[in-house]
Amino acid sequence: MITRRGLIVSGGATLLAGCDAWSNSPILLNADEAHRYLQRSITGRAALAREFRPDQRSPRFRTNGTANPNTPEYNALAANGFADWRLQVGGMVQRPLSLSLAQLRSLPQRAQITRHDCVEGWSAIGKWQGPQLEQVLRLAGLRDGARYIVFHCADVFGQRKIPYYESIDLIDAFHPQTILAWSMNDTPLGVGHGAPLRLRVERQLGYKQAKYLMRIEAVASLDGIGRGKGGFWEDIAGYEWYAGI
Amino acid sequence: MQVYRHRLITRIWHWINAIAVLVMIPSGLMIFNAHPRLYWGNYGANFDHAWLKLPQWPGWLTLPSTYDLAGARHWHLAFALVLAFSLLVYLPWSLLNRHLQRDLRIRRAELAPTHLAEDLEAHWQLRFHDPADPKAYNIFQKASYAGVLFILLPLLIFTGLALAPGMWPWLADVFGGRQSARSLHFIAMALLSLFVVVHLTLVILAGPVNEVGSMITGWWKAPKDAEEAA
Repeated sequence: MITRRGLIVSGGATLLAGCDAWSNSPILLNADEAHRYLQRSITGRAALAREFRPDQRSPRFRTNGTANPNTPEYNALAANGFADWRLQVGGMVQRPLSLSLAQLRSLPQRAQITRHDCVEGWSAIGKWQGPQLEQVLRLAGLRDGARYIVFHCADVFGQRKIPYYESIDLIDAFHPQTILAWSMNDTPLGVGHGAPLRLRVERQLGYKQAKYLMRIEAVASLDGIGRGKGGFWEDIAGYEWYAGI
Repeated sequence: MQVYRHRLITRIWHWINAIAVLVMIPSGLMIFNAHPRLYWGNYGANFDHAWLKLPQWPGWLTLPSTYDLAGARHWHLAFALVLAFSLLVYLPWSLLNRHLQRDLRIRRAELAPTHLAEDLEAHWQLRFHDPADPKAYNIFQKASYAGVLFILLPLLIFTGLALAPGMWPWLADVFGGRQSARSLHFIAMALLSLFVVVHLTLVILAGPVNEVGSMITGWWKAPKDAEEAA
């Protein structure tokens, strides 16, 4: 028993290094599902994320992830103020849409001052405005069998130039605070924060808040999109698809 | 003299909790490495004032041992369930089997300065047991076990939950905002780490075979000096 305790204390490094290999074991990954189930059971599916007063906002809201997609296509769109940019809405919908910024701004709007929580641990508070995703999905009309909404982005990430994407289920897609934000702190989104349009899904972490939106796709399954795990970071690094914790 | 000291539920919980803590602290330190700055209030990021900035923890202290935020979160969030639900079972159970009332209840006389001084002196002389009742916990044991059970572990669990954007929004408010909750989570972890170090040290000083053995079998051998005095 002394040797065992000695092992745990002094041989901790070896022990922990041995654990590295288990970091993506199915048992650990199933905990993600358990948290999603527990959270939604005890908080309610439509519970609202905290909203703040204007004076509670971060003095300076840092950017994260891609600061500028800087692809020829994106630069061309940005050059004339995204006048030629259109949000494509397709997949399992009855009426595929192609929406301009002006059209998105003419839909009923929701403004919310919320906290952006990065998976790394920091938080920043800002004001976001745009139509609820629900408005857009109702215009397009989801077909039976659609279970997830996938967000395809203009930025390609990292050395391998993999396009950023994210996805959420219909519970979050129809949550009242899930909006397509074109405005941040009362000004049109800057390039660093995802111009011209980004997703705000307020009860999840920062990597779900997809920037530089180009296309929204309703799907029955996440298989076959990217590597099938539902998002860029989920595919690349193994982050949880449900980022409510 | 063999004494039955730890009931089965206590032993089971002790080891489940020990494993959970052994996973939670190193994986938490890895998560901390992703942003090794702490703030007070609702928000806090690179441009904001941090009350504590630390260098990154070395790999031998973190789980995984190399920078892997996703992997550390898998460990941390999975064992968080183990930690929280085992405590959720253990605390009411220990209330019902009267373990808390019988073994951890601090009596007024124990808090008298003279008694505290005596007990402290006995600790320095490595006498940990009351000869008249060798299996009873001394005041420092009671205070530290109760502090871990009723303050540190619940604080760790609830400040941890407060960090989750999908959790009840009022929970972060209870702690003064999400970044305050994150700071308190870290402070509680530091205190729990201190407890673990002191606990293990005292186990070794008190006789590791007997102490660890009693937490496995339940049976504890009263030390000779206590036995003779009794």
